[in-house]
Amino acid sequence: MLLKTRQPMPISCLLLLVFLMMVIPGHAQVKQVEELRYPPLPDLVIPEPERVVLDNGMVVLMMEDHELPLVSLSAFIRTGARLEPMDKIGIASLTGTLLRTGGTTKKTGDELDEFLEGKAAMIETGIGGTAGKASMSCLTEDFPAVLEVFGDVLRTPAFASEKLKIAKNRMMASIARQNDDPGDIVSREFKKLVYGKGSPYTWVPTYATIMGITQKDLAQWHETYVHPNRIILGLVGDFQKDQALALLNKVFGDWAKGPEVKDAEAFIQEQTLAGVFYVEKNDMTQAKIAMGYQGIRRDHPDYYSLVIVNQILSGSFGARLFSNIRSKQGLAYDVHGGVGLQWDHPGMALLSMSTKTQTTGKGIDALIAESRKMVSNPPTEDEVENAKASILNSFVFSVDSPSKVLSKYLTYEYYGYPSTWLKTFRRGIEQVTLAQVREAAARHLRPQDFAILVVGPREGTKPALTRYKDIQELDIRIPDPPKGA
Amino acid sequence: MQISYRVWSQVKCIVLVVVAWSLSVAMVHAQDLGSFEQRVTQHTLKNGWTFILVERPVAPVFSFITRVNVGSAQEGAGQTGLAHMFEHMAFKGTPRIGTKDYPAEKTALVALEEAYQEYQQEKLSRNADPETVKSLFDVFKQRQNDASQYVIKNEFGDIIEREGGVALNAFTGADVTGYFYSLPANKIELFAYLESERFLQPVFREFYEERDVVMEERRLRTESQPFGRLLEQFVSTAFMAHPYHHPVIGYASDIQSYTMTDAKQFYETQYVPSNMVTAIVGDIQPKTVIPLLEKYFGRIPAGSPPPPIRTVEPKSITEKTVILKDPSQPLYLEGYHKPAVTHADQPVYDAIDDVLTNGRTSRLFRSLVRDKQIAVSVGAYGAYPGEKYPHVWLAYGVPGRGVTNETVQKALREEFTKLQAQDVSDEELARFRTRAKAGLLRALNNNLGLAMHMTDYHMLFGDWRELFRYIERFDHVTKADIRRVATALFQPTNRIVGMIETVVPAGVAMPTSASAGKGQS
Repeated sequence: MLLKTRQPMPISCLLLLVFLMMVIPGHAQVKQVEELRYPPLPDLVIPEPERVVLDNGMVVLMMEDHELPLVSLSAFIRTGARLEPMDKIGIASLTGTLLRTGGTTKKTGDELDEFLEGKAAMIETGIGGTAGKASMSCLTEDFPAVLEVFGDVLRTPAFASEKLKIAKNRMMASIARQNDDPGDIVSREFKKLVYGKGSPYTWVPTYATIMGITQKDLAQWHETYVHPNRIILGLVGDFQKDQALALLNKVFGDWAKGPEVKDAEAFIQEQTLAGVFYVEKNDMTQAKIAMGYQGIRRDHPDYYSLVIVNQILSGSFGARLFSNIRSKQGLAYDVHGGVGLQWDHPGMALLSMSTKTQTTGKGIDALIAESRKMVSNPPTEDEVENAKASILNSFVFSVDSPSKVLSKYLTYEYYGYPSTWLKTFRRGIEQVTLAQVREAAARHLRPQDFAILVVGPREGTKPALTRYKDIQELDIRIPDPPKGA
Repeated sequence: MQISYRVWSQVKCIVLVVVAWSLSVAMVHAQDLGSFEQRVTQHTLKNGWTFILVERPVAPVFSFITRVNVGSAQEGAGQTGLAHMFEHMAFKGTPRIGTKDYPAEKTALVALEEAYQEYQQEKLSRNADPETVKSLFDVFKQRQNDASQYVIKNEFGDIIEREGGVALNAFTGADVTGYFYSLPANKIELFAYLESERFLQPVFREFYEERDVVMEERRLRTESQPFGRLLEQFVSTAFMAHPYHHPVIGYASDIQSYTMTDAKQFYETQYVPSNMVTAIVGDIQPKTVIPLLEKYFGRIPAGSPPPPIRTVEPKSITEKTVILKDPSQPLYLEGYHKPAVTHADQPVYDAIDDVLTNGRTSRLFRSLVRDKQIAVSVGAYGAYPGEKYPHVWLAYGVPGRGVTNETVQKALREEFTKLQAQDVSDEELARFRTRAKAGLLRALNNNLGLAMHMTDYHMLFGDWRELFRYIERFDHVTKADIRRVATALFQPTNRIVGMIETVVPAGVAMPTSASAGKGQS
C-alpha cells in the first residue's frame, strides 16, 4: 500500500520551527508532525473467500475466522422494491419482514423468537430497493441448528396472517409519521425530483397500497423471486469449510433451481428537472437545503476520478464543504456533497445542509458556489495528492476483518462486478491524473442543471425564496385511506 | 464527517453488552478474563493518565479512545453546553498545528477575546446602549477576521485523514467526553504525538465561528425534531436539582454567550491527566508503545482533580408530567428515578431492562406490539441522561396509527405492575444471562468497540476488568430481587411522564385526500 512520505522541509521553515519551539517552553524535545517517519506496513494480504456453486445454482462464499466462537451468514436475494407494481407498493418490504416474523411451516414466528433469543442467536430478513437480504449469527455450537432454521425461513415461510396484520399496522404508522422528521421529507422528495415520479426508486407506500396487500401476494412474491439460483450466501466465522459445505448441502441441496428470468429494468426519467422546489414545514428553526441531479454507476469510466472529486469536496475534515461552509462561515453543522455512485443504476449527485432560516439564501448560494469552484478553482495538485493519500492509506480499513472482505465480495457478486475489483481499486486511484480529476469535476458538477429543494418554515425562508421567479411548491400531504377502510 | 455528541448516555455497555458468565459451555475460547488479561497491559503515567493497551494483531491497524471523566453535568449556570463546545475545540489544533504563524495568531486571539468580552459586557448590561453594542460588535467582527487569516483550516483532522485515519470523531454526554479514531499500525507515533498535543495546549481558534456551528447542531437535533423537543422538556422536568437537568447541547442563550475564556477555564479544571483514560486496541506492541506514551503524553503536567459535584437529586415526592403539543404524531415516554450504575442493585436493573425490552420475546414487545397491537415500537433507555449519578430508566412507546398515548400508558403500567406482583420465569432469567454472555463475545471482535467498553468500565468502576467481572453478578440475581427492585422503582411518585399530543396549528389545512392518485405522494 502507498504510504505517503512527506517532502523534507526547506531550511527556512525548519528555522521557524526551531523558533516556535523556543517560544513554547518545555516541549522542545518533541518532534513536529512533519518530522515523523513511519516504518513501512507489511504488504497487505487481503484474504479471499472460497467460492462454491451448489448444484441448484446457489453461490456460496466462505471465509474461516477462528478468533471467536461465532458464525455469521449473510445472503443476497435477487429481488427488490424496484420490481414492485405500482398498486402494491410496500409488498417487497412486507415480504422481507414476514420471511422472519411470519414463521415457517415448522415453527411459528413466536417459536422462532424463542428459539433464537434463547440461544442469543439472530436471523433477520428484509428487502430493500435493489436487493433482498437475510442474515444469521450464532455461537459455533448452535450453527447446525440455527442454519436449519435459516433454511426454513428462506424456503418455507408461512407468512402468518396475524403477523402480516402487525407488519401492515407498523407500515401504516410510519406513513402517518412520514412528515414528522425533516430529514425524511428531504430524502423522499428529492429522489422524486431526481429520478421522476414514475420511477419505482421514488415510490413510497400509501395506506391504500398497504391495505390492498394480502398473504397470497406475499407468497406469490416469494414464489417469484426466492430461488436458490437467485441467492448468494456468505459465510464467515468459526467453522471448517468442508463441514460447513456439507451442512449447507444438507439444508439447501434438495431445493430445486428456479426458472432463469431476467428482471425488468426500473424506469428512471432521462434527466432531472432543474428548478427550485419548496416544501412547507413550520415546526423547524432551520431550513434544509438539497441540490443536485442524477449521478453515475460505479462502472462509469470517471469512477476513480469521482472518488477523488468527492474526497476533495466533502470526504474529510479538510474538505472544501466542511472547511468553507462549516468551519469558516459557521453556517451549518451538517454539510455534505458528492456525486453518488450506485452499483447498478445512477446514484444521485447531491449537496445538502441545514442552516438557520435567516441564512437560507446564504446556504443555497454557498453550496452552488462550492460546486462552481470545483470547476473555476479546480482541484490543485496538493488536493489531489492529499485525497489519494487519504484513500490509499485508509484502504486497509476496508479489508481489516474477514467479514468486511466477505461483504465486499458478496456485493460484487450480486451486482455483477468482477471479484478483482477490490484488488484493482488502489491501482485505479493511483493512476488518476490531475487533468482527469478536473475534467470529471467539470463533467459531473453543473450547478446550472441542479434541482434545488428547500424544506423549512414559510415565513423564515421567504426572503431567500422570493429571489427565484418560478418556485414550485410540493404538496406532501398524506393521502387518506380509501373510504370505508 | 460529523463531530457528534450523544443525546443518550454514552455507549451503554452496562445495558446493551451486559455479560453473563453463565456456566454454559461455549466459552472454551479466549474470552474469559484470565486469558484476555494476558493480552492487556495497563500503564499509568506519573501525571496520572492511564493507558490500557490490548494486543489484537488480526490486521495491521489499531483504534483508540480517550475518555475524559467530564460531561455536561460538570457545567455551571450560564455555561451549559461548554463540555460539548470544548469537544469541538479539541479539533482546532495547537500552536504547531493549524496555524500559519502562531505568535501573530496568539496576539490576534488575545485581542479578539478582549473585544468579545467588551461587547458582551455592554450587550448584557442593564442599560445597554444599542449604538455602543453595535460598534463593539463591529470591533469584535474585525478582530475575528484578523485572527482567521492565520488559520490553516482543519489541519488537525486533515493530517490524521491523510495518513489513513478513519472514524475520526468524538462525543459528549452528561457524564463523559470521548475522542477516537483508527490508524494503520505503523502510525502509532503519529497518534501519540497528535493525541497528546491536542490536550497539551489546545488553541481555541475559530471559537466564535464554531459556536455558530454548535448552535446549528442544536437547531438540527433538538429544535427541529419532535423527539428532540420532547426529550429536552422531559429531562429538565425529571431533575429539579442535579445538573443532569440541563441539556448536553446547552441552552440557546448559553451557546450564544459562553466565551473562549470560559472554555479555557473549563479545560484547565477538567482536562487533567488523572481525569483521563485511553485504551489502544489492535496490532500494537506495549514495549514500543509505552516509551512513546511516556515521551509524548508525559509532557502534560499533572493537575489537581476537579471538584466533585455536590448536588444530589432529592428523592422525588411527586409524579411529573410533560405534555408537548406538537404538529407531529403522538409519542409516549415514561421514566423512573433509579440509583447510579455503581449501586449494588444495578445487575437487577439490568435484568428488569432485559426482560421488559430486549428483543421480540420481551414483555413490552409481546404485550404492546404483538398482542394488543397498540404500539409499533417499544424500548427503553436504561440510563438517561447519564449513569454515573442517580438517573432515570426510561421506557418509550410509539403508538400505532389512531392509538392514544393513554392506551400505551395503561399497557406499559400493566407490565410494570406484573413485575412487582409475580416472579419472572426461569426462561426469562436464563435468556437474560445467555444473551449477556453472547453480547460480550460479540463486543470482542472490534478494536474500537473494545476500546470503548474497556474505558467505560474503567472510568465507572475504576478497573477495566469489571467488563468481565460484572457479568458474574448476574448469576446472583434472583426472582425475589427483581420483584423487590421493581416494587421500589415503579412507584407513581418516582415517575416522570412525557408525551407528544398532536395539535395541528391554526391556519394549516388538515391533511385531506390530496389527489396524488398514483400512490407515491
